Amino acid sequence: MPRKGILVDRPFERLTREQAELIHQASMQILTDPGLISFNREAVDILHSHGAAVESIAGDHQSWQVKIPEQLVLKALDTAPKTVKLGARNPDNALIMHGDEPRVYLITGSETNIWLDVDFPTYVNKADPTKEIRVPEFKPRRGTIDDLCQSAHVCEHLEMVDGYIRTVNIQDRDIIEDNKDVNKFFASLNNNTKHFMSGLTSLKQLDNVVRMAELIAGGKKALEGNPIISFITCLVKSPLQFVDDTTETFIEVCRRGLPIVVSSSPQAGTTAPIKEAGIMAQINAEVLAGITLGQLVKPGTPVLYGSVPVRARMDTLGDSYGSVETSQYNIDCVQMARFYRIPNYSTSGVCDSKIPGQQSSIERLFSDIVVTMSGPQFLHCAFGLLDCNSVFSLLQAVLDDAHFKMIEFFLRQPRIDQPELEAMLKQMREVVATPQKLYIRYIRPVLRSGEISGVYPFEGSGEADDVFELAYEQMKELLARPVEHIDRETTARIFEEIPGILPRLNIYESRS
Amino acid sequence: MPEDIISLIQESVIQGRIYKDDEGMDEGMVGQPGVTELVESALASDLSIQSIITKGLSGGMNIVGQKFEAGEYFIPDMLASAEAVSAAMDILQPRLAASDIKTKGTIIVATVKDDLHDIGKNIVSILLRGAGYTVKDLGNNIDTQAIVDAVREEKPQFLGLSALLTSTMARMADVIQMLEQNGLRDQIKIIVGGAPVSEEFAKSIGADGYGADGFQALAVVEALTSGTEN
Repeated sequence: MPRKGILVDRPFERLTREQAELIHQASMQILTDPGLISFNREAVDILHSHGAAVESIAGDHQSWQVKIPEQLVLKALDTAPKTVKLGARNPDNALIMHGDEPRVYLITGSETNIWLDVDFPTYVNKADPTKEIRVPEFKPRRGTIDDLCQSAHVCEHLEMVDGYIRTVNIQDRDIIEDNKDVNKFFASLNNNTKHFMSGLTSLKQLDNVVRMAELIAGGKKALEGNPIISFITCLVKSPLQFVDDTTETFIEVCRRGLPIVVSSSPQAGTTAPIKEAGIMAQINAEVLAGITLGQLVKPGTPVLYGSVPVRARMDTLGDSYGSVETSQYNIDCVQMARFYRIPNYSTSGVCDSKIPGQQSSIERLFSDIVVTMSGPQFLHCAFGLLDCNSVFSLLQAVLDDAHFKMIEFFLRQPRIDQPELEAMLKQMREVVATPQKLYIRYIRPVLRSGEISGVYPFEGSGEADDVFELAYEQMKELLARPVEHIDRETTARIFEEIPGILPRLNIYESRS
Repeated sequence: MPEDIISLIQESVIQGRIYKDDEGMDEGMVGQPGVTELVESALASDLSIQSIITKGLSGGMNIVGQKFEAGEYFIPDMLASAEAVSAAMDILQPRLAASDIKTKGTIIVATVKDDLHDIGKNIVSILLRGAGYTVKDLGNNIDTQAIVDAVREEKPQFLGLSALLTSTMARMADVIQMLEQNGLRDQIKIIVGGAPVSEEFAKSIGADGYGADGFQALAVVEALTSGTEN
């Protein structure tokens, strides 16, 4: 039984069918004029062998202009699976995504360099020393593999988290490029039984992490049926360029038939037009180019239409994930993916705020609500992320989980049918005949059936704002709750076969 | 058998069931007699009103109170039980006068003049009835003179005044002032409540107690009854 996600009955859409069609047509034109610049030779060869026009730029054989004809794209859209399964260590945590069904799965990530610790020092009122308050104090530091284990652990227990993208970059002294992938995969998979998606630091480690997944899933065939890992690659750099190394990774993952996200992240104003029509036509062309390449490498490769559009800040020209337009672009992309019936990877909840607080809550909740309502299948909703994508706070992740429970409740389908209305009319007649004329006694069965939303889970007592402290208590409680680790025998085989995993991650060895 | 009926009355109160068609907290209760049917049976079996009230109704409410304290019951559960007790007391009321049993006291409740809001007052009424008080509910938008007249005629131990609007809360002071002018103020304890009302306001107008919600109102009345109020 896969996870339920949030089924959005009537998804919110911004584009008319005609506007979606116009964007599609514009993207088709972009793919032939100007086309894409590819810095990856193999992609050029693959596309060329299937009819794309290619031309070396300046004759340097380092970059090529590639013009992808429409029929090639349409054929790729035809072979791309319309249903993608993302498996999980615990099969009950599998995600089944149908491109035409707005069922939203909520995923963490992505990788940040900074881990935000929190403490609650006590402050004394100068004017009245008998008055004390505890105030959260946030301390940033570089993330480590222990932090990654903690994050995976807590996210295992966060009810609304359907899948895990690592939230923190491991920057320990003994982590180097060659062992980073195996360690981040093992730390995440060992502390979390949900689906795990990741990018690759080094293509050389691809086979090692795939082998690790095979050992955990129960073999190569088992991994095919239950792909417990998937990959994300930003093979396209905006505007309209296939990057050499990420394209190479993308091609290799496709060859292995594992699910992969074709992700593009243009910034309106700098790497894409500032106008909505422009960024939409461009990002759609970029994602379609990636999907086309993937399907040419291996038809039927499970791909997600990955969209991470963002608007530029006008003061710094950095990313402004908290801007309203960013949510608009994301919602448009969800609709375009549904236009092609390919499951969508979308983004919400990334905020500009640097610490948890009012700005962070408003920015993330705004996009969390509206983008969820649009019905993407895979919503990378930035649990715990702050300062765009550079800081992770476990405390914020706990808050986000609670807020998504409210969103899930909000998106429940209304129960209005004839039997329900008849029961209500009976109730009204009964109540009107009583002296008090109150419906309170009818609350009881509804209260216990889960049909009434709860109070805000971190509500303080009286006028005190205890939100952070209460969330912190819950975070500690979740950390204390055990997780189901990879079993001893499989762990032993992983450490035996996969080189480079830090010995301290072997919980059986370190405990014995 | 008679003891069984008392136990069933207690259980009906805990379940918050007035009639046999009512749902309770537990599954499968519909069709079994509710508190009204059980009280009728108890009276038909010549069970004493004393035992019906103290063991059945009050005993049930005590357990409900414990469940509420333990977080097992919510306010709607508490009110459903209080309503059940109130319905049972309606049946018992005519016989109480003929018996030696005294209720805990009589309280007149009213929403003051120009204020049509009565949810809070109604909840307080249910809770007070459930706790064994006799409640005379005058209704809402009640003229100051009418409240004073009712106090004179009914001679209650308590008067509960409610207002939801900042523009009408001043009427509470009018009521207290008119009671003083009519020499009735010393005969009763006055409790005020409602969204804009505060402890400070209650003191400023000379009320004896203030209830921030229905439960606090009940607690204040209980404290005033037992003389343990601050």
